[in-house]
Amino acid sequence: MDFKLTETQILLQDTANRLVRERYTFEERKKIVAGESSYSQALWNEFAELGLLGVEIDEDCGGIGGSFADLAIVLEAFGRGLVVEPYLSTVVIGAGLVGAAATGERRKDILSRIAEGKLKLALAHGEAKARYVLEHVETRARRDGGDFVLDGAKAVVLGGDGADTLIVSARTDGGTSDRNGISLFMVDPKAAGIHLRPYRNMDDRGAAEISFENVRVPASALLGPLNGALPLIEAAYDRGAAALCCDGIGAMAAMNAITLEYLKTRTQFGRTIGKFQVLQHRMADMAMAEEQARSMAYLAVEYATEKEAAVRGRFISAAKVQISNSGQIVGRGAIQLHGGIGMTIEYVAGHYLRRLTSTEKMFGDIDYHIGRFAAA
Amino acid sequence: MDLRYPERVARFADEVRAFVRKELPPEIRDKVQRRQKVSVEEVKLWQSKLCSRGWACPGWPKEHGGPGFDALERMIFDNVTNEEGAPTVVPFGEVMFAPVLFAVGSPEQKAHFLPKIRTLDYWFCQGFSEPGSGSDLASLRTRAVLEGDEWVINGQKMWTSGAHNANYIFMLVRTDPDAKLQEGISMLVFPMSTPGVTVRPIVTMDGEHHTNETFFDNVRVPKTAMIGEVNKGWTYAKLLLGHERTSIARIGQSKRELGRLKALASEQSTNGLPLMNHAPFRDRVAAVEIELMALEITAMRAIAKGGSPGVEANLLKVKGSELQQRLTELFMDAAGPYGLPFDPERGLENGNEPIGFDEAASLGPNYLMTRVVTIYGGSNEIQRNIVSKTLGL
Repeated sequence: MDFKLTETQILLQDTANRLVRERYTFEERKKIVAGESSYSQALWNEFAELGLLGVEIDEDCGGIGGSFADLAIVLEAFGRGLVVEPYLSTVVIGAGLVGAAATGERRKDILSRIAEGKLKLALAHGEAKARYVLEHVETRARRDGGDFVLDGAKAVVLGGDGADTLIVSARTDGGTSDRNGISLFMVDPKAAGIHLRPYRNMDDRGAAEISFENVRVPASALLGPLNGALPLIEAAYDRGAAALCCDGIGAMAAMNAITLEYLKTRTQFGRTIGKFQVLQHRMADMAMAEEQARSMAYLAVEYATEKEAAVRGRFISAAKVQISNSGQIVGRGAIQLHGGIGMTIEYVAGHYLRRLTSTEKMFGDIDYHIGRFAAA
Repeated sequence: MDLRYPERVARFADEVRAFVRKELPPEIRDKVQRRQKVSVEEVKLWQSKLCSRGWACPGWPKEHGGPGFDALERMIFDNVTNEEGAPTVVPFGEVMFAPVLFAVGSPEQKAHFLPKIRTLDYWFCQGFSEPGSGSDLASLRTRAVLEGDEWVINGQKMWTSGAHNANYIFMLVRTDPDAKLQEGISMLVFPMSTPGVTVRPIVTMDGEHHTNETFFDNVRVPKTAMIGEVNKGWTYAKLLLGHERTSIARIGQSKRELGRLKALASEQSTNGLPLMNHAPFRDRVAAVEIELMALEITAMRAIAKGGSPGVEANLLKVKGSELQQRLTELFMDAAGPYGLPFDPERGLENGNEPIGFDEAASLGPNYLMTRVVTIYGGSNEIQRNIVSKTLGL
């Protein structure tokens, strides 16, 4: 048992925290969010220069060869800073999938470009009727000569609005909910037959609805085994959920800090409102919820890259449930303790509630994860 | 003891339901049910239908132009109209200010204001909270000083909801800075077009403009703008907040939302089963339904007790507001991944196709905005303080 950070991790934490503090102020973020694009390319380039896009990428691919625990440090800082850049979709999910499924020169090429900030990825997997069931895939890819032809639609594709390449799941065999018969394809979002409707999610991250009509891709677009991509997708979703746990504790820590500060400064009835016991107890509940979440986020980090799917899934689900429940206690509590001012879009508290609510909904919600944990 | 509504009231409920179904334009009902913005014109159109039927301002006695419902009829009317998707009454004039006028308004004020509140020609907003005075409302500092025949007002009000649509405001001002906090407050009423009044929008975290901050810079209003007696405004405000709390229970609205939640959860499926058949979700919906049943009977008991609303008003506010929030939380659970898309500007209001299922776009913003119901109208912490005081603590 050791909860201490290594020297390298402390350096990484300093870098990420300084970036958020100095370059990602709430005012700066407002400008990014108000823009036409859902992210700042200038900041993305800075992430690349600081090595943040290649934390977990091998050194021979231009990364720094770190672990998921190293990545977790960046994620927590980004949660604290409400960072909207497509880090989750590109670095956590995209690089994770490519790292696990691609080989040789192709793997090296893609990962290098991610680390350099020159390639953004998005996993287009979820579908309108799938809810959180990962094997529910209706989108089909049929063989046509040496090519595959894709038909179907993908829902709430995180980072889908700005991705250079989509990783699209499609059924190459079997029925809608079969575990076998799912394959992944690397697809150019500008390919003929793709209709992409971009929008923002509640946390201001970019997303898209994407439909595919007779979209032709070469056989070389296949990523990972034909018909056998589900375990890769499950692993990617578990990495995503674990990443959200880290992002979530960053957001909760920041939310609790500003709420505590407000309780110490806002005066009503001739005293600071933090002197009222009912508010003290609520703040205490929020602080305890944050601690419980942090503990389970560490568990999620520990098992994020576990190869044994059943073991990994059980612990990731447990962590995601705790982070989501704590997120509700902290998010809703903080708005209540702030009163009216917490409701305004000009104040940061509401944006943390929006972040934490989104965190709860992505890569499986509470019902999904508590069910998976109970069944494990 | 008999928990059933009397026969005449049951008949009345049917009559109200039939009226709403016949007279409420379907496009307005659909907007209300799908939680979209209802325009000022649409609210006025519905109000004109109520006026024609003699049912406008259901809380008003006959002598002031209301239908003269008894308390039970009033509750039934509110519940049924809300269940059926009628636009929510803008409370400031009809529900909050008018009862103060009944109690202490001059004959001239009553004659001038009440008919125009009834038709919504006068659209009111309320100037109570200030930057430094939220829960501690009595500490308000906006000053009104008598100069000759005019009150001169200087200060700032917060959370003046609907001020951007309003042509009148009633507000609390400090008229005696030396008196005890509660004893130096008065209530004024005047047009929003009065020189020196500036409204600045406050956008809330759902991305919408519901509320404002309003500034008063040497605003001069005649002495006749005073409601009741000078320095008695706090008493009137308490009277009025009691009314706000009763309507804040929103039983009819919660019934409507519960029905829609069940419908949505039956349409959404998970693992090949309707979400409504998924036991943990179904049980959470049931828990809300039970709490809502209790709330309705509690409201009936409060009505049966008669007299002016006492501690029941605080109870109804606390439980009613928490139920509203719980419902929005369950809607978010039901939405699943489609609770995520959140893009008011690119959404339905601008003629775009909905993202996901039909009403998905309204659920996130509604969840966020409904966090306010445990804050406004006297926060739930303040309500619980009052309840505990009545228990002798």
